[in-house]
Amino acid sequence: MTIAEQTRGGGRRSARLLRGADTVGRFLLVIFLTYLGLLAVTFFIGRVIPIDPVLAVVGDRAPEHVIQRVREEMGLNKPLWEQFFIYCRKVLQGDFGTSVLTSNPVMQDIRRAFPATIELATLGTIMGAGLGVPLGVWAAVRRGGVADQLVRVMGLIGYSVPIFWLGLMGLLVFYARLGWVGGPGRIDVAYEYSLTPVTGFMLLDTAIAGEWEAFGNAFSHLILPASLLGYFSLAYISRMTRSFMLNELNQEYVIAARAKGLTETRIIWRHALRNAMVPLVTVIALSYAGLLEGSVLTETVFAWPGLGLYITNSLQNADMNAVLGGTIVVGSIFIGLNLLSDILYRLLDPRTKTR
Amino acid sequence: MSAVNAPSPGGWREWLMSDRPQSRRQAALGRAYGGWRTFSRNRLAMLGLAIVIALLLVALFANQLAPYSPYIGDLRTTRLLPPSAAHWFGTDDQGRDILSRIIHGSRITLFVVVLVAILAAPIGLVVGTVAGYSGGLIDAALMRITDIFLAFPRLILALAFVAALGPGIENAVIAIAITSWPPYARIARAETLTIRQADYIAAVQLMGASPWRIVLRHIMPLCVSSVIVRVTLDMAGIILTAAGLGFLGLGAQPPTPEWGAMIANGRLYVLDQWWVAAAPGAAIFLVSLAFNLLGDGLRDALDPKGVK
Amino acid sequence: MNGPSVADMLVVDDLRVAFPNREGGMTEAVRGVSFRLGRERLGIVGESGSGKSQTGRAILGLTAPEGRVTANRMEFDGIDLLHSSARQRRALRGGRIAMVLQDPKFSLNPVMSIGDQIVETLDAHARVSRREARDRALETLRQVQIDNPERVFDLYPHEVSGGMGQRAMIAMMLIADPDLLIADEPTSALDVTVQLQLLAILDRLVTDRGMGLVFISHDLRLVSTFCDRILVMYAGKVVEELSAGGLQDAQHPYTRGLVNCLPRLGEHRHPLPTLDRRPEWAL
Repeated sequence: MTIAEQTRGGGRRSARLLRGADTVGRFLLVIFLTYLGLLAVTFFIGRVIPIDPVLAVVGDRAPEHVIQRVREEMGLNKPLWEQFFIYCRKVLQGDFGTSVLTSNPVMQDIRRAFPATIELATLGTIMGAGLGVPLGVWAAVRRGGVADQLVRVMGLIGYSVPIFWLGLMGLLVFYARLGWVGGPGRIDVAYEYSLTPVTGFMLLDTAIAGEWEAFGNAFSHLILPASLLGYFSLAYISRMTRSFMLNELNQEYVIAARAKGLTETRIIWRHALRNAMVPLVTVIALSYAGLLEGSVLTETVFAWPGLGLYITNSLQNADMNAVLGGTIVVGSIFIGLNLLSDILYRLLDPRTKTR
Repeated sequence: MSAVNAPSPGGWREWLMSDRPQSRRQAALGRAYGGWRTFSRNRLAMLGLAIVIALLLVALFANQLAPYSPYIGDLRTTRLLPPSAAHWFGTDDQGRDILSRIIHGSRITLFVVVLVAILAAPIGLVVGTVAGYSGGLIDAALMRITDIFLAFPRLILALAFVAALGPGIENAVIAIAITSWPPYARIARAETLTIRQADYIAAVQLMGASPWRIVLRHIMPLCVSSVIVRVTLDMAGIILTAAGLGFLGLGAQPPTPEWGAMIANGRLYVLDQWWVAAAPGAAIFLVSLAFNLLGDGLRDALDPKGVK
Repeated sequence: MNGPSVADMLVVDDLRVAFPNREGGMTEAVRGVSFRLGRERLGIVGESGSGKSQTGRAILGLTAPEGRVTANRMEFDGIDLLHSSARQRRALRGGRIAMVLQDPKFSLNPVMSIGDQIVETLDAHARVSRREARDRALETLRQVQIDNPERVFDLYPHEVSGGMGQRAMIAMMLIADPDLLIADEPTSALDVTVQLQLLAILDRLVTDRGMGLVFISHDLRLVSTFCDRILVMYAGKVVEELSAGGLQDAQHPYTRGLVNCLPRLGEHRHPLPTLDRRPEWAL
């Protein structure tokens, strides 16, 4: 095992999806295979496991000839591989079927819900990385110091506490008791209908409209769930930063840099962190993906009308088209983030480039 | 030299610590003792172990420990009472004693954790060792599948599985197990790759052992310890996922006193009767923390390379 | 050059370096080393764990933070190293005392271009423009006999061979014109042919610039051909000091053991001599 592999193995989940691929062709093949796997799994869940999708549509009292007709309309009398092929084609065209719950095309629903989730997860990751990286560096440089203990405790809590429970308790304390933040939802109802959605991001939309009061209101709604996600991201990123930095600070090139008479500040930030950034990029991308996933629980707690809430609402109503559509979208983002982290990895580490 | 074959009463420690063990049993016990010494010096890990043991005892003696019934409350007199001497953690909207429900809920938590471990660890172990020992095409194919699973959003995939299978604790367990084996396969494969090169594997091969026998009898046992450490570290994640499924109404169904479902129930009253949601959440936190501390301690004791 | 006087550029008296051990006490890795150094070449020879590397690092102030360095006297050019501030020590490092490490694969920063790493040393010790810094870096690369410095300047460490990497390392350490160079096993990670080339480069640079050199190695023969004087270290102590030509006059049994282990051309030896290590030498 190389050092790089060991450090990456420190992550709870490592983005090694593409790491073995060296040529562009293999690169694309791996993405293709992964995507095919995602489609196969969702197809399997949606078509094979439920007792009978036809009965779900027509009800179990429908006469036999209706059932037959619907079965043919849905293409369920075709062989399984052909069904899968049709399914793949539809998904790639962005057609996830119609939601039973909202009677809209699933894609349309997802498109509407998506910005809310992105807004939350992005702010959370910015908080997590913005604080987590410096904290982790500090913890590694002063081992056993305040920052080190903080990283340790935050990590333990972050890996042990149920996020939905912490969200509830946060609402209880900061919204109900102290009144510091806005409650559930993205914005107070009073502002909701005066606003024309442009980007779908509440902060941007209110700012574009120049509605600073609404902006403040949206911010007060956003800050608690975003801090919550930020905390989990911070716990993970700071812990990983610490361990990557400890690894780098033990390397010979750090001694060489000291022997050159560089300042500690420069050695830590320019030399060690620059090297630690290589695996850290993967960690940050994964934590972003993790927050998107965590949004399922967080959004339920905060009644945040994003993708996560959409998926859970659909789950509770057995709306499989919507559930699988949401799963495919989140899965695609995961694959995309894996890809992105791999590209960044290659950009940051000159050793992966061949001349 | 008078080597101690049967240890004298005071010589147990020396016998265990001996660097020239006389038998396999002595060597194994000695190693276990050495690991235990490292482990027991770690106070936080001991705390974790104590909490886990307490959880086991509570689950075992739930009927004796719970002061009230976890299922039946008095809607007229004991509904939504705050914590008091009679009801330490208060009562819920059905008038049920929350402490009693948490005590009984420990059984469900243990059930989930144990079952997921029993289902997922062997899958990972088999996939990883077979891939690592076979190499070539089988290895590539198995690991590609593993990587694909690793790249998926686990929680959401578990949600989709449960949605398809139908809500319920058993289906939640199956869904979590299906999504949590890939890391174990990775670990088992990495271990196998190093073991495969060992001379004694070559010796067994020369003696004509079949590949299956080599994998099952000679490679898998050596991978077990690192997989166990990883499973222990994952326990907290399993508990949290199960609680999350319960919170979303996809795990254990009412009136089962599952902790996540209890929080979902308490959510309706959180602004005024905070204790309904607070207590089960604290229980999840405590148990997850215990498994994390235990896992960290085990890793440090069994795998000195991992010590930071 | 207006450097320190020849006799005692570096004075080390009773240097001790100790590290905390598992039992909670301190274990001394260097146990009372004393020597003086002018503008000459001093070799320090010893097996791994003999404390030779820790001696070099203590002079630079690069002992790991948990280690404890004590001495009666440790001076460089009249500057008291034991009592100077971290800032003063840093100004000396790279500026007046430099160190070449063993393996360029690990001692060069993998994500920084070679040129940037060389320029960085100069930036830390002198106020120079970017352009001037680049020119001086290229000039130093030329001095370590790199033929096309412009190309090497922009390369990353993994793109050059071990020998080339070590030359870049030397350039990186010499660009700020230090008076003393500590070379810690500078050739041990290289192929034999490359070793000789590199030693020739080092030899010329040290002579031309009139630097002092502390050459740390486990290779007695190499040191004896390259240095003026040799300290032989064993278990944290100097057991013997020799002049380079005086290997045959070695008194201490450990040194004699080392000398006996050197193969000689045209000689058949059976059994091969082995090194004797007696606990009483470590006392």
